[in-house]
Amino acid sequence: MLSTLWNSNLGWVLLSTMTLGIAAGAIGCIAYWKRQNLMSDALSHAALPGVVIAFFILGEKNLLVIIIGAAISSLIGALFIQWITTSSRISEDSAMGMILAVFYGFGIMLLTIANRSAGGNQSGLDSFIFGQAAAMVRSDVITMLILALIVLFIVFIGFKEWKIFLFDQQFAGGIGLSVKGMNTLYTIVLVLTIVIGIQAVGVILMAALLIIPAVSARYWTQSFRTMILLSAVIGGLSGAIGTLISSYGRGLPTGPFIVVIGAGFFVLSLVFGKEKGILIHYVQYKLQRKNQLQGWKQEVGGR
Amino acid sequence: MNEVVLNVNNLFASYRKTNVLHSINIDVHAGSLTGIIGPNGAGKSTLIKTILNLHPPLTGSVKFFNEPFRKAKRRIGYVPQRGAVDWDFPTDALDVVTMGLYGKIGWLKRPTKKDKAKAYEALDKMGMADFADRQISQLSGGQQQRVFLARALVQDADLYFMDEPLAGVDAATERAIMTILQELKAKGKTVLVVHHDLQTVEDYFDHVLLLNRTVISHGRTAEVFTRDKIAETYGGNMRWMGASS
Amino acid sequence: MSYTAWILLTASLVGLSCGIIGVFLILRKTAMMADAISHTVLLGIVLAFIVTREVSGTAMLIGGILAGLLTAFLVQALHTLDVQHDASMGIVFTTLFAIGVILIATSIGNAHLDVQHALMGEITFIPFHTITLPIIGEIPQATAMLLFVFLVVLISIVAFYKEWKITTFDPALAASLGIPVLLMHYVFMGLVSVTTVASFDAVGAIMVVAMLITPAASAYLWTDKLSLMIVLSGGFGVVSALVGYWIAAWIDTSISGSMAFATGLVFLLSFIFSAAHGLIAKRMKPEIGT
Repeated sequence: MLSTLWNSNLGWVLLSTMTLGIAAGAIGCIAYWKRQNLMSDALSHAALPGVVIAFFILGEKNLLVIIIGAAISSLIGALFIQWITTSSRISEDSAMGMILAVFYGFGIMLLTIANRSAGGNQSGLDSFIFGQAAAMVRSDVITMLILALIVLFIVFIGFKEWKIFLFDQQFAGGIGLSVKGMNTLYTIVLVLTIVIGIQAVGVILMAALLIIPAVSARYWTQSFRTMILLSAVIGGLSGAIGTLISSYGRGLPTGPFIVVIGAGFFVLSLVFGKEKGILIHYVQYKLQRKNQLQGWKQEVGGR
Repeated sequence: MNEVVLNVNNLFASYRKTNVLHSINIDVHAGSLTGIIGPNGAGKSTLIKTILNLHPPLTGSVKFFNEPFRKAKRRIGYVPQRGAVDWDFPTDALDVVTMGLYGKIGWLKRPTKKDKAKAYEALDKMGMADFADRQISQLSGGQQQRVFLARALVQDADLYFMDEPLAGVDAATERAIMTILQELKAKGKTVLVVHHDLQTVEDYFDHVLLLNRTVISHGRTAEVFTRDKIAETYGGNMRWMGASS
Repeated sequence: MSYTAWILLTASLVGLSCGIIGVFLILRKTAMMADAISHTVLLGIVLAFIVTREVSGTAMLIGGILAGLLTAFLVQALHTLDVQHDASMGIVFTTLFAIGVILIATSIGNAHLDVQHALMGEITFIPFHTITLPIIGEIPQATAMLLFVFLVVLISIVAFYKEWKITTFDPALAASLGIPVLLMHYVFMGLVSVTTVASFDAVGAIMVVAMLITPAASAYLWTDKLSLMIVLSGGFGVVSALVGYWIAAWIDTSISGSMAFATGLVFLLSFIFSAAHGLIAKRMKPEIGT
């Protein structure tokens, strides 16, 4: 069973979505503590023009080139968001919403043009909007794997630097860490994760892969290290299980299944999580209230 | 003694997981000007918000003029912290002051010329008439605070709650605001002010409420604002720590 | 009316309704809520389709409103449970959207409800599905729905103008005056939802976000008066819709994509040239105070 899985294309695809989930889970924790959860959503939509230019207009089938196109487009989006926020009174969430939708619209414009000249078939589009991991070939998978491993490597090798950077930027600057450099590195790693994920889960749902595992992990631990590890595990499991389920039906989109599995992990964590889960919280609240009222009674009695 | 205009009975409140207010019992009498004093994190703003039902209490009851909030709301004025709103909002000073009248104007009706005139008068009283049509982001901190005070004035309430109205304002504004507060008091109105500057407490307020998660002491300034009680408020020995953790 | 005139009218209605609603989205700092709702409305439409087994305007509106309110409610609920606000949005909308896509992929197939259509909008088909209304006569279904929604939006905003203003600017004061701040929040989310549903056919789920946010953000750079900002934003919405249509006709491409792109152009021009807050104006006179 295992060997047939390994030999089939599915095995490779499974491996890649799992690695993607792990990488997204890890980097998602950094985005969570930077309080930029929806930035990933804006940037994944902003990648569309780049994808279209590389894939449809230049006719490039090599995933690496498409990823580079997506990354450039997405980075331009990030720069725009930063520029608008810092040099006008437009708030960050408005800027993100604008860039997201305008870039996406531009991508659709290009796509329509490309399709018209290519004979009007939109078959490639679905895989970029909802993700079609099953459509990936082995070389794509290898590209994805390598890039995801690079992302993981960057997150884990600079682990304590990330921690200081997220917790106290001024202190980080004080001990000689370049905050600007860390910010740039963060943006690059985030964009890289997003663009390698697009092929598997699509531009619309990529954000979920970064947000859901991180928030779920938060319910189980107070330690940053454990949170990253846990988030990576949840991301990896969601990726793998979602891919397996979507492979049962013909032409089922991968992204939505991965997201729904992730959401399942989230709900479990929300209810049963040991740090801030609803159950624990409820019990604590009851106890606390009891103590309080008791304390008050004692106080009144003592007077 | 004057009528009790505010009665807080056994009020508890928590913020997220931490308990902020413990067993608050207060009676405030008409015509008093009370400074609410306490260290950072003592729950001063939370107290006001909980009293006004902007923050849900755990238990306890609050009565205004012997009535629940819903019935008394027309007689209550509130001045939030200046930082609580977005000063980039597209509107001018006169318009912000007019907002104080929205409760009285009622649904589906627009502010009339008379309402605008009333708002203008209040701005004038705060020395801000020249800035009536100025966009609010172009006002200095002190000017913004005067606009907020003017807005409280048009509410024409009997009981005012003000959250740090003197924080970060210039000396002239501070004097102007204190003059207004004294006038309100002279008219028999009741004012509760969250205040942070211990130096000025004795000059400004006839009553003081020392707060650190619970009421440490409350009464006439001369009796309450003493070295021992201030030390008890700021000194750390928090009475309810045992119950909270 | 001619085919093109219907399309231009429909597009203008989208621009107007979205432009007006967008002003409050921006000022309430909930711009990304538009993104969230525009995605989850898809689930509402799919469920409405599954229940009624037909594509009817009313069912879609109701399904869309319910989905939008559900989104607002879940986001709020997660936020009170201590999840960061933007993370709550990210979790809720991606999950509901994913469920919508799965439902389409498994139970409906491509029967009339095709995801691409919902995501891209297809304004060129709008004039073909007409209904007959009293007085007005024959009118495309989507245009009629937009007209209705536009009137609802306009009336709600005008009638409760001062309540919208105060709950947006200073919710704490509004609450102390006895104005139901939370109720107004949900009514507003309902308005965002109906506007989104009605605009779906014309511009699709994602480009509607551009129509909602960008004209309002552009208007915000031109004026310091709320009423003027609303008028400008509605105007920019219409201009973007018309310019977008013209670009699309000119280089023969997606109309909805071009409209979203055109809102971006309007913003870029405002960003550079606005007399009040544009880049050039800022360079000329450094800001007085802050």
